[in-house]
Amino acid sequence: MNRNRLQDLIPRLVLSPSMALILIFVYAFILYTFYLSMTDSRMLPSYGFVGFDNYEKLWNLRHWWRALTNLAIFGSLYIVVCSVLGLFLAILLDQKIRGEGFLRPIYLYPMALSFIVTGTAWKWFLDPGIGLENTMHQWGWTSFAFAWIKDRNLAIYTVVIAAIWQSSGFVMAMFLAGLRGVDSEIIKAAQMDGASNVTIYRRIIIPMMRPVFLSAFVVLAHLAIKSYDLVIALTGGGPGQATELPATFMYSYTFTRNQMGIGASSAIIMLVMIFSIIIPYLYSELRPGRQR
Amino acid sequence: MIIRKFAALAAGAAALTLTAGSAVAEDTVEVLHWWTSGGEASALNVLKEDLEKKGVTWQDMPVAGGGGSEAMTALRARVTAGNAPTAVQMLGFDIIDWASEGAVANLNDVAEEEGWADVVPAALQNFSKYDGNWIASPVNVHSTNWVWINKAALDAAGGKAPETWEELIAVLDKMKENGITPLAHGGQPWQDATVFEAVVLSLGNDFYKAALNDLDPEALGSDKMKEAFDRMTKLRSYVDDNFSGRDWNLASAMVIEGQGGMQMMGDWAKGEFLKAGKKPGEDFVCIRFPGTQGSVTFNSDQFVMFKVGEDKQAAQKMMASAVMNPEFQSAFNVVKGSVPARTDVSDEAFDDCGKKGMKDLAEANEAGALFGSMAHGHGAPAAVKNAINDVVTQHFNGELSSEEAVEELVNAVEAAQ
Repeated sequence: MNRNRLQDLIPRLVLSPSMALILIFVYAFILYTFYLSMTDSRMLPSYGFVGFDNYEKLWNLRHWWRALTNLAIFGSLYIVVCSVLGLFLAILLDQKIRGEGFLRPIYLYPMALSFIVTGTAWKWFLDPGIGLENTMHQWGWTSFAFAWIKDRNLAIYTVVIAAIWQSSGFVMAMFLAGLRGVDSEIIKAAQMDGASNVTIYRRIIIPMMRPVFLSAFVVLAHLAIKSYDLVIALTGGGPGQATELPATFMYSYTFTRNQMGIGASSAIIMLVMIFSIIIPYLYSELRPGRQR
Repeated sequence: MIIRKFAALAAGAAALTLTAGSAVAEDTVEVLHWWTSGGEASALNVLKEDLEKKGVTWQDMPVAGGGGSEAMTALRARVTAGNAPTAVQMLGFDIIDWASEGAVANLNDVAEEEGWADVVPAALQNFSKYDGNWIASPVNVHSTNWVWINKAALDAAGGKAPETWEELIAVLDKMKENGITPLAHGGQPWQDATVFEAVVLSLGNDFYKAALNDLDPEALGSDKMKEAFDRMTKLRSYVDDNFSGRDWNLASAMVIEGQGGMQMMGDWAKGEFLKAGKKPGEDFVCIRFPGTQGSVTFNSDQFVMFKVGEDKQAAQKMMASAVMNPEFQSAFNVVKGSVPARTDVSDEAFDDCGKKGMKDLAEANEAGALFGSMAHGHGAPAAVKNAINDVVTQHFNGELSSEEAVEELVNAVEAAQ
């Protein structure tokens, strides 16, 4: 009896410190940020209540709209291309080829780098003065031009390229795990019915990857929204403000422009964006009755 | 050597205990700054050694990052936690922002005793004083309306340093014909804004003051402002296409190597030329931005003294006084490339450009032509400064036409205030 009670108690005891820490340092500070977004804070937090003024100012800022537009371009391309490329690579690797153990980590390694490293490497690679363009010129292909990173209309796509390079290997690993989990009986049955390989993938296997698509979407979407370091290392938000994202906007308004109130309100908007992705996902995953 | 140092330390400490009348074992100053590059660090070392001779221990708290935004973030955390450093390197309106938070100390007795008010230019005092009280010791004055020209490239383009906008354009055109990049420039918002404020200043002192210091909407929206943006468009045509994101010292390197004709940059650029073994007057020429002769836009690094416990105040005041020491001001600024923040320092140790800088500063001070640099946080508070930078950068990168930029400038400044 005594022992049972102890057994009941121990998990709670062990978990409670981390629970308390999370409550304070995550949720309490979310509330604090929300409160700050309603105040006239500038350099330091101050507590003059101004209601939704900061949000009004925020939505009137060109800079913020630019950041949102960029996020839309960056986020959608990043998620779609990463998923498609990841699935494609996973299917290729799933053909029981030789040397899979060697190839798989090659695709996965970029994920081990931090976005700062990825950004810096791609910055040099894409720089027309020292990177790809210059190399091509030295090799004699003088008409070659690739200066997207210096072009304000195209620079955001270089961020997409670097981010895809970084993350598609990870998505591949997710899909590979999914493909390996497909019941071989089903495939055999389909083969007996005379279905071609393409048909098997198109009609049977890929539809079965639905949960993987969903997980990949959630992971990539929140990476896209909070993406900060990659932009800072790759373009610094430039040329001009052509590659600003909400996260870089939030940092600069909160910490370098002494407009903490507006910065906090942009952070809250980002939080709402992330919640609107995560909550439906959690709901669909945790809904009782779907646990199989 | 060590023994002597120790003896000096002990003597200094003893003297202090007598004056402070408390039993403090050791005086320390904790200094937050972002002077971490080689030349800057050794310049600061002069101050450190001076203080150590007086028995004050120097606790270094460097936070790297040009412009100090990282340092300011660190400071925010320290002050919010109630543990402010003794002294903090700071620029312009940041000082006023912190003073208005009530976080700074009062240096009136040191300042009065040493007569700072007579030797520090009035425009600087606007930042060293708050509500009539001294709160900071200015270390240096950088001026931002300089142009650095490669001498060989200038000779090839006629040899005469430009004095008006038209002459400047003529020289730039000639350099373009000669096959070099006429204007070496780095596409970062603050660099774009540095050129912009020089252009605005070249359209008149009153115009500069009204637009970029007083933020008068009429001046900001005037035809003259459109003219300023048109001139920026013109200057953009002399910059190579690979400029965006380039650091300022790489642009200086282009001028040093002769790939670039000239750079429009504050006097910290001189350090790059000197480091490369170039001589002012022989290898490179320093002039004021054409049309701004006699006027100076400045930014000034200051050590702001924060409110600290009583046990640290004696050391804090010693540091404030040591910073204002003419010898330190000379030694530091020779290395840093800037000019002393007091006008009574001998210019003997300075090179030609430094001497010119000191003379210009003194003259501009007397003529009332010394203005806070907008691009470097001495023209307007951070929010406004960045709002202006945004517009200037967008325009320079071709996102806005001059008309749109003027309109946007008025709106952005209004929204940021």
